Amino acid sequence: MAIALSQFNEVRLDRVSREFGSLNALRDVNLTIKRGEFIALLGPSGCGKSTTLNCIAGLLPVTGGSIWLDKNRVDTLKPEERGFGMVFQNYALFPHLNVRQNIGFGLKMRGTAKAEMERKVDEALSLVRLQGQGHKLPGQLSGGQQQRVAIARAIVIEPPLVLMDEPLSNLDAKLRLEMRAEIRRIHNELGATTIYVTHDQDEALSLADRIVVLRDGIVRQVGTPKELYEAPAHLDVADFMGFRNKLKGKVIATDKGRAIVDVEGAKIGGVMREPLSIGAAAYVAIRPDDLFVAESGENALAVIVDTAEYRGREFVGTAHTKGGLELVFRSSHAVEPGTAVQLRAGEENTLVFAEPI
Amino acid sequence: MHAPAAMSASGPSLRQRLAARGFDAVTLLVLPAAIFSLLLFVYPFAFGLILSFEPKSGDWLANYQRFFSDSYLYDTIYKTLALAIPVTLLNLVFAVPVAFRVRLMRRQRLLTTILVLPITLGTVLVAEGLLNYLGPQGWFNRTLLTFGLISQPLRLVHNYWGVFVSLVITGFPFTFLLTLSYVTGIDPALEQAGATLGASAWQRFRHIYLPLLMPGFAITFCLSFVQAFSVFPSAVLLGEPAGLTRVISIAAYQAAFEEYDYSMASAVAMIMGFVQLAIVVAVLASRGLFYRGPASGAKG
Amino acid sequence: MIRDTTLGAKLWAAAVWALVAFFVINLLAMIGTVVTSSFATRWLGTWLPIGWTTRWYASAWSEFQLGDVLIVTFQVVGMVVLISGALGVTAAYALARRDFPGKRLLVLLFLLPLLIPPITFGIPLATVLYRTGLAGTFWGVVAANLVPTVPFVILVMIPFIEQIDPKLEAAARVFGANTFKLFIHVLLPLLLPGILAALLLVLVRTIAMFELTFLVAGPTSQTLVVALYYAVFAAGVRAVQSIDAMAVIYMVTTLVWLIIALRFVNPTQIVTRAKQQPAH
Repeated sequence: MAIALSQFNEVRLDRVSREFGSLNALRDVNLTIKRGEFIALLGPSGCGKSTTLNCIAGLLPVTGGSIWLDKNRVDTLKPEERGFGMVFQNYALFPHLNVRQNIGFGLKMRGTAKAEMERKVDEALSLVRLQGQGHKLPGQLSGGQQQRVAIARAIVIEPPLVLMDEPLSNLDAKLRLEMRAEIRRIHNELGATTIYVTHDQDEALSLADRIVVLRDGIVRQVGTPKELYEAPAHLDVADFMGFRNKLKGKVIATDKGRAIVDVEGAKIGGVMREPLSIGAAAYVAIRPDDLFVAESGENALAVIVDTAEYRGREFVGTAHTKGGLELVFRSSHAVEPGTAVQLRAGEENTLVFAEPI
Repeated sequence: MHAPAAMSASGPSLRQRLAARGFDAVTLLVLPAAIFSLLLFVYPFAFGLILSFEPKSGDWLANYQRFFSDSYLYDTIYKTLALAIPVTLLNLVFAVPVAFRVRLMRRQRLLTTILVLPITLGTVLVAEGLLNYLGPQGWFNRTLLTFGLISQPLRLVHNYWGVFVSLVITGFPFTFLLTLSYVTGIDPALEQAGATLGASAWQRFRHIYLPLLMPGFAITFCLSFVQAFSVFPSAVLLGEPAGLTRVISIAAYQAAFEEYDYSMASAVAMIMGFVQLAIVVAVLASRGLFYRGPASGAKG
Repeated sequence: MIRDTTLGAKLWAAAVWALVAFFVINLLAMIGTVVTSSFATRWLGTWLPIGWTTRWYASAWSEFQLGDVLIVTFQVVGMVVLISGALGVTAAYALARRDFPGKRLLVLLFLLPLLIPPITFGIPLATVLYRTGLAGTFWGVVAANLVPTVPFVILVMIPFIEQIDPKLEAAARVFGANTFKLFIHVLLPLLLPGILAALLLVLVRTIAMFELTFLVAGPTSQTLVVALYYAVFAAGVRAVQSIDAMAVIYMVTTLVWLIIALRFVNPTQIVTRAKQQPAH
């Protein structure tokens, strides 16, 4: 039976590993989640984020390390003994049970008294705003409604931890935004500790209190959305956070955490995010928003414009340098393809990284 | 095909009107097979039904009256049911846990290939093999004697058990492969969802798999039962065709090919078909009590 | 997939595997008995025969006229494969591509011969064939065997054809293919794997189809499986080893085609008919 753990302070992953061929492997994942936190596991597909979630849920056995709820070790328990709530990617609603029965399933398995079960299901239905839909079968619901049932089913058992596996990936763009707000609202109302797996950095940035970026089964960075967005620790994290221009060059000067990098003869300055010495190979990472069409050649690259797409308030352009580097930039005015311009990097938001391992 | 020219003057041609309902040249491709099926399946059945009411002697119901008044004939129904129902239930009861286990296997193919052997080889070969294998000098009895489990060879052929075993050998793989295809058709995420909601292995089977599988089990039961009920070669070769395993198909065969009374043979075949139909309808009607939609995680 | 690791779960799994092993061992031992006996000089009251010989194959070959029987078998099977392919694939194409009133009824009509056991519809069918004089002839046996195989091909091919995007055919037409070229260059290559699989399954099923052939075959039109039945039925007339040698010849003819068929289809399909999932 589910362990009674409504009063807990933290969930701790201690060097959790999972060997599985070479794919989906996890290596020494350490993570502490405080009660009430909303954590997003972010990374490209195959990075191990779903594996981590399934290990926490007990659907996959860990091959090393341990998982703790305060002083209780849970990785040795069967999934049904952990009492966590989980929202699946394709919802996994029981097709033969109606909405109420789906939501009440976990309570029924716990042997909850009928009256109390009915009351809790009613509460959950109103929390996800599905009053009056209780007697429909999942097949009769829209994608968004199915999503709401899946969430209600996971939270009605009042789990210490709610796990969500890319819950919005099956919805269209508009519904996704709507459900994102819903998930945030429900989290704010209940304060349930949540681990949310996604490959969409917008989702992670807008929902999470803290984001865990995974790559190849390794935790690359843990931080608040603001920390990750402004100060990614590695080049691959920066890539995920929208630094689309990654220019390879050589460090020619360093000073108080800043570095000047020679990129095809142009000198670009930026904030050093990893320790670098003069002469080392480095990458300069710049968001398209921080590349401006400019007159002067200072902190700038000479490029030929390839395309300029009109996007309403601004233009998004692509360009290439003499040496063949491709760049993406934004511009407030039209630029003709084929013209030679200078693209200046804003100094504050330009970051310098070491070569990725 | 010459009509359209004449019809084109007055509104849409016949061809256009037929095409609008789905009849065009492509649809006509179904005709050869349909005519074939009518000639060689529907017509013989109808012919047999009518023939069964035209007995060699007596009034139109004489064949049926004879069948249901002669215990040598009507007993064949019980004898067939006494074989078919236990065998089908046994096969299904064994097939379900095995299918659930095999579902977890990564390399199922070797096992499914071995199991498909007896189906492919057919009942005649299985009967021939079992005659030797289960015989008093066969390896089966020898093994039991060697291990001291029995002191006398068991009599396993030329009786009820010989036919029973042959029906298990050909029927179990059939039942199992059908069951496996239903079991693997269920989204594993449903079981995972059940587990995270606190359902134990037994509860997951009871509350998730079983309700979703009931319709499939019902169909599996029907198909396996119908196969077992029509047992013929093994009942002759492995059983006592004049005694305990005189099944209904033997009665039909003897009427046709030993008494040359095709009218009576047709009547027996109709009764055989009717009993099969009655059991199938009863089982499928109870299927209405269960959920019958897609067995995946709702959204397709 | 949730793998349980408690003791109870392990015991349960062990019990299930023991059951499977018991079944498979007995099945293989049964087949082994037939093969061993066919090579035995004398085999009575011992684990293994006293000596080994291949002479039973020669005697079975002449005693049962297996040369003639095999020729008839392959002629019947070849005809059944060709005709059921031609009738079945065309009908399946129409059923997969068009919706018309009565389609469900027609599909039910094609489903019935597969659901009703052959012995049930075989007796009235044999009666009709005897009345028309077809029974006992080569074509009577072919006709009877076609009754379940044509529907089988149809039901295997319908999902296979449905998964081929009709837009491909439209595209071929747009690029100037006429019906014949469309069939040769677009449809046939796309359908070939499905047709091959369906016909191989028909082949295996027809070699092993006992009841229908038994009910309508005459002395010159019986197939191997029917000859085997008569040999076993009249056991005592010939040496057991001779019958077993014939059974081995029958097994080999069936299994060769089964092995070829299994290169193209999943074993489960032999029972459940193709349930190909459209690729998402």
